[in-house]
Amino acid sequence: MSTHSLNHTIADTTVLTGRSVRHITRSLDTIITTAVMPVAIMVLFVYVFGGAIDTGDAASVDYMLPGILLITIASGVTYTAVRLFTDMQSGIFERFQSMPVARSAALWAHVLTSLLANAVSLVIVVAVAVLMGFRTGAGPLAWLAVAGILALFTLGLTWLAVNAGLSAKSVDGASAFAYPLMFLPFISSAFVPTETMPAPVQAFAEHQPVTPIVNTIRSLFEQQPVGTDGWVAVAWCVAILVLAYALATATYRRKTA
Amino acid sequence: MIRVQGLEKSYGDLAVLRGVDLDVAPGSIVALLGSNGAGKTTVLKILATLLKADAGTATIGGFDVATRPADVRETISLTGQFAAVDENLSGRENLVLVARLRHLKDAVAVADDLLARFDLTDAGARRVATYSGGMRRRLDIAMSLIGDPPVIFLDEPTTGLDPQSRQEVWTTVEALAERGTTILLTTQYLDEAERLADRIAILHGGRIIADGTLAELKRLFPPATVEYVEKQPTLEEIFLAIIGEAA
Ligand SMILES: Nc1ncnc2c1ncn2[C@@H]1O[C@H](COP(=O)(O)OP(=O)(O)OP(=O)(O)O)[C@@H](O)[C@H]1O
Ligand SMILES: [Mg+2]
Repeated sequence: MSTHSLNHTIADTTVLTGRSVRHITRSLDTIITTAVMPVAIMVLFVYVFGGAIDTGDAASVDYMLPGILLITIASGVTYTAVRLFTDMQSGIFERFQSMPVARSAALWAHVLTSLLANAVSLVIVVAVAVLMGFRTGAGPLAWLAVAGILALFTLGLTWLAVNAGLSAKSVDGASAFAYPLMFLPFISSAFVPTETMPAPVQAFAEHQPVTPIVNTIRSLFEQQPVGTDGWVAVAWCVAILVLAYALATATYRRKTA
Repeated sequence: MIRVQGLEKSYGDLAVLRGVDLDVAPGSIVALLGSNGAGKTTVLKILATLLKADAGTATIGGFDVATRPADVRETISLTGQFAAVDENLSGRENLVLVARLRHLKDAVAVADDLLARFDLTDAGARRVATYSGGMRRRLDIAMSLIGDPPVIFLDEPTTGLDPQSRQEVWTTVEALAERGTTILLTTQYLDEAERLADRIAILHGGRIIADGTLAELKRLFPPATVEYVEKQPTLEEIFLAIIGEAA
C-alpha cells in the first residue's frame, strides 16, 4: 500500500468513524442499555446470591467484576452487529462502495466505534462496582494490563460481530450471535470456582476463553502473579481476533464483489 | 464515455442480462427503459462497480469496471433506486459526510450550496428520519452531485416525487448535461425519457432491443394506419409495440 493510499484509508476511516460515533451520541440509550444488564447481573450476584457463593477471602463484588466486564463487552458488540446490518440494508454502504472510498474504511469505522462505545460502557460498570464496594490496590501498570486484555477481547468479539452484521438476514439475526457469548461467563470461573462444578462442566469451563481471561483480570486486581493464565488469555483473544478478522474480510469481499 | 459490450449476468439460474450492448456519448443523456425486472438496476450496479458481470466488458471513460474499479469510482456517481441516505444524520451532515469522503476542501460550503439548490435549506438541520420521501430523494440526488463526477447514473430518479419535484430534478439533470456531464438514467416514465433523453435504449429479454433517438424509434414504429385524425405515436405506444414484437 503506498503512503498516499494509506493516508486515504486513514482519512476515510476517520470520517466514517465520526459518523458512527455520532449515531451513538444521538442514541445514548444504546450505551446505557449495554451497561444496565451487566450491572443488574452484578447486583443480583452480589446482593442476592453473594452470601451463598464461596469466593474465598475476596469481597464478592471484587470476585464478580471481571466476569461482569466480559458480559458487558459481549452485550456491547451486539450493537456493532446491528449498526453494520442497518448500514448494509439502508443502501448507504453501497453508496460508499460506489465512491472512491477506501474499501476497508467502512468496516474499520464500525470496529473503532465499537472499541470506543465499549470503553464507555466498561467505565460505567466499573464506576457502579466502585459504588457497590469494589476496591483494588492495582497500580497503573496492572490497570493498563486489564485495559489491554479487555481491549483485545473487545476487538476479537467486535470482528465476530462484524461477521454477524455482514451475514445476517434480519436485525434479530444480527444480534443473536452474542447470546452464547453472554452465557459463557456463567460456565467459567467468573462467578463460582470451577472446582465446585460437575466434572464434564468443569472440563468445559477450564478450556474456554472466559476462564483464563477472568483469572488474569482477577489476579491483576488482587495484585497477584498472573501466571500462565495471562498467556492463555492473550492466546485466546488473539486466536478469536485473527479467525474472526479473516472470516469477516473474506465475507466482506464476497458481499461487495 | 460509457461503452458496454456483451454484458451478461445471472442470479443463480435466472439469466437477467444476456448480452447487453450500449454506448453513451460524452455529455449526453441516455434513458434506459424496461419493464419491472428487466435488469436496469443490474446494469447500473455493474457499471457502478457494485456487481461483477459474468461475461462481457464495460468501460467508463476508458476504464474497465472489472479491472480498474478504483478509477471508475473516481469518475462516476450513482443515485440508486432506493434512497441511500443516513437516517440518523441531518441533511446537512449527510452532504458534509459525502463531501469529506470525496476529499473536498470546503465540505460545509458545498453542503449549504446543495441544500439551497434542492430546496432543503430549512430542513437541513433536521434528522433525515423526519424527511418525506420526496425530500429524501432530493437529498439523495444532491449527495450524488458532490465533487462534480463526469458520469452520473440515476436509477429511477423521480419515482415517488410530486410533479413539482420531478420538474426540479429534470431541470437539474438538464443543467448537468449542459455542463458536459454524461448521464445514464433508468425510468418507468416514458414522458421523462421523452423529455430528457438524447437517446433511448430499451432493455428487454436481457438485451437492448432498440436504441436510438426518439425520432429514430418513431421510425421503427409501424406507419400509422389511416385515421380520422393524424396522430404521432407516443413513446408509450412505441415502447409497447417494440416489446410486443420482441416477445
Ligand atoms: N440479488 C439478487 N438475487 C437474485 N435475483 C435478483 C437479485 N437482484 C435482482 N434480481 C432479479 O434480477 C431481475 C432484474 O432485477 P433488476 O433489479 O435489475 O430489475 P429492474 O429492471 O431494475 O426492475 P425494476 O424496474 O423493478 O426496478 C429481477 O428478476 C430480480 O428479481
Ligand atoms: Mg430497478
